[in-house]
Amino acid sequence: MPVEHSFPDSASRDPKGEFETEKMSISMGPSHPSTHGVLRLQLELDGEIVTKADPVVGYLHRGDEKIAENMTYNQFVPYTDRLDYLAPLANNMAYAIAVEKLAKLEVPPRCQAIRVITAEMARISAHMMGLGAFGIDVGAWTVFLYSFTEREKLYKLFEELTGARFTTSYARIGGVARDLPEGWAGRVDAFCDQFLPLLEEILSLLTRNKIFTDRTQGIGVISKEDAVAYGLTGPNLRASGVPLDLRKDKPYSGYEQYDFDVAVGSKGDAYDRYLVRGEEMRQSVRIIKQAIAKLPGGKWYAEDARRIFAPPKEKVLTSMEELIQNFMIVTEGPQMPAGEVYFEAENPKGALGFYIVSKGGGVPWRLKIRAPSFCNLSILPKVCVGAMVSDVVSILGSFDFVMGECDR
Amino acid sequence: MPKALDAIAALKGRWAGVSDRASLDQPAINVPAPDLLAVLGSLKADHGFDMLSDISGVDWGVGASPRFTVVYHVLSTTGHEYVRVASDCPVDASPEVPSATAIWRGADWHEREAFDMFGIRFAGHPDLRRILMWDGYPHFPLRKDFPLSGVDTDLPDLEVVAETKTNAIAAPMAGGPFVAAPGQINMTEAEPRAKDESWNERRPKPGA
Repeated sequence: MPVEHSFPDSASRDPKGEFETEKMSISMGPSHPSTHGVLRLQLELDGEIVTKADPVVGYLHRGDEKIAENMTYNQFVPYTDRLDYLAPLANNMAYAIAVEKLAKLEVPPRCQAIRVITAEMARISAHMMGLGAFGIDVGAWTVFLYSFTEREKLYKLFEELTGARFTTSYARIGGVARDLPEGWAGRVDAFCDQFLPLLEEILSLLTRNKIFTDRTQGIGVISKEDAVAYGLTGPNLRASGVPLDLRKDKPYSGYEQYDFDVAVGSKGDAYDRYLVRGEEMRQSVRIIKQAIAKLPGGKWYAEDARRIFAPPKEKVLTSMEELIQNFMIVTEGPQMPAGEVYFEAENPKGALGFYIVSKGGGVPWRLKIRAPSFCNLSILPKVCVGAMVSDVVSILGSFDFVMGECDR
Repeated sequence: MPKALDAIAALKGRWAGVSDRASLDQPAINVPAPDLLAVLGSLKADHGFDMLSDISGVDWGVGASPRFTVVYHVLSTTGHEYVRVASDCPVDASPEVPSATAIWRGADWHEREAFDMFGIRFAGHPDLRRILMWDGYPHFPLRKDFPLSGVDTDLPDLEVVAETKTNAIAAPMAGGPFVAAPGQINMTEAEPRAKDESWNERRPKPGA
């Protein structure tokens, strides 16, 4: 078990004040390998122990919400790729469902199943990345090499499906961009089959690794109450023992048809967060295999999404009606009813929410993105206090955040 | 009857100012700013809405009154239901609502963001400063009167400004954005910058 640091303890260690030292302020980041992007932590240290941590975010702020107010609903889909850029397929889906709620669109079962498959694949690739990076943060290089090999196989499949490896922009409002390529589902199934034993192998590099357990067990403990009070979501919340998973509790896109378990931790430390992610990948494979086994036929877009979708190109060039429709959709955007909707999807990092205020027309009046990484990081000032500097690295790794999403 | 509706009925009975809000999905209420903390506290303590999902500011446009609204989405982690609570800021010139940090500690960063983007102040917030933009940034970017291209502003580090003679400049829009308000006015009026091609990446802004 790790050493318990009692803090503040300078008085007991040094009753006469002979060795009193000044507290030191250091800036960790924004370009520090353990901050996974551009997070800056303003740390105040007493020796090796953190007495105050102030995360400085916003280095990757691109004004996505302002941009959204100035473009049509369709045009914003590619911007959602750049939120959690490790799981763009899941972001696309969350945004599409939010707008479909506004437009009162029902997508057909095949489209729902395709979205579930891609979102769960995105979850595996995001967790693979998170796991590899976490391993590097605490000194285990090998995990990264294995997990990136698996992630690469997924990206090959994404490329085949969407034409892009990272910025997929696959979901459309009322459907997906195109149907599955021939034989693609079979290849995903084959990937799952070979992935499961490899996943066990990857996890076995860490789960009982003495160095890894020493650096994660009892580190960065978050209580159930704190996790809920700070609005943590996703694996970070479940590691603290709160069994909230929106796929189970507020099912969307047909998640209620699939049989899967929700991984829940008991201690809420960095090690639990790692375990929860590992189990989530096993469950994702289960979901993907079920979805492929009963993949429904039929349309992969909603019939009444015609007023949102741009019509097929050959029709635009040959038919007057489609030409006009294409022109209207491009210049004025798909016409939406006025009103407000809020939708949260269970993304790899947590609950990604979109709050859309529409005054009618093709452009949102206000589009708020509720970023899970942003909420998850807000607990850092509490968790880091009393930890050693090297523990901060381990805590950050276990949080598995993405700054593109945090800063928007 | 779902729990969220029960909760809303109880809240409406207790506070006369609470009224239904139009919504396309989950139950929603309007709460006057003076009652806001009491209503949010009651939602959490009496009705089990223990998690604050999101706080969002909304600007209804220059000239609208009330101009600013703060929208809370609260979630029950056991009942799995959302409630939307909206509160208009009473004074348009200096929008302010009470801070919910005492109820949910997670409100801290959400309120800092709403302050950063809209200039909405949260009375009682322990540390209300900018979060996404840098300290000392003089504008509120998500207000409707702030242009999409941005405005010329000094960089945060004045030493860098003195040395490099650079600052944050407005983005040349190169003719965009290409979206018009539907049906009412023509594109030049809807988005004047759409036709302003007098400056772009290659040609400097006139008068700059």
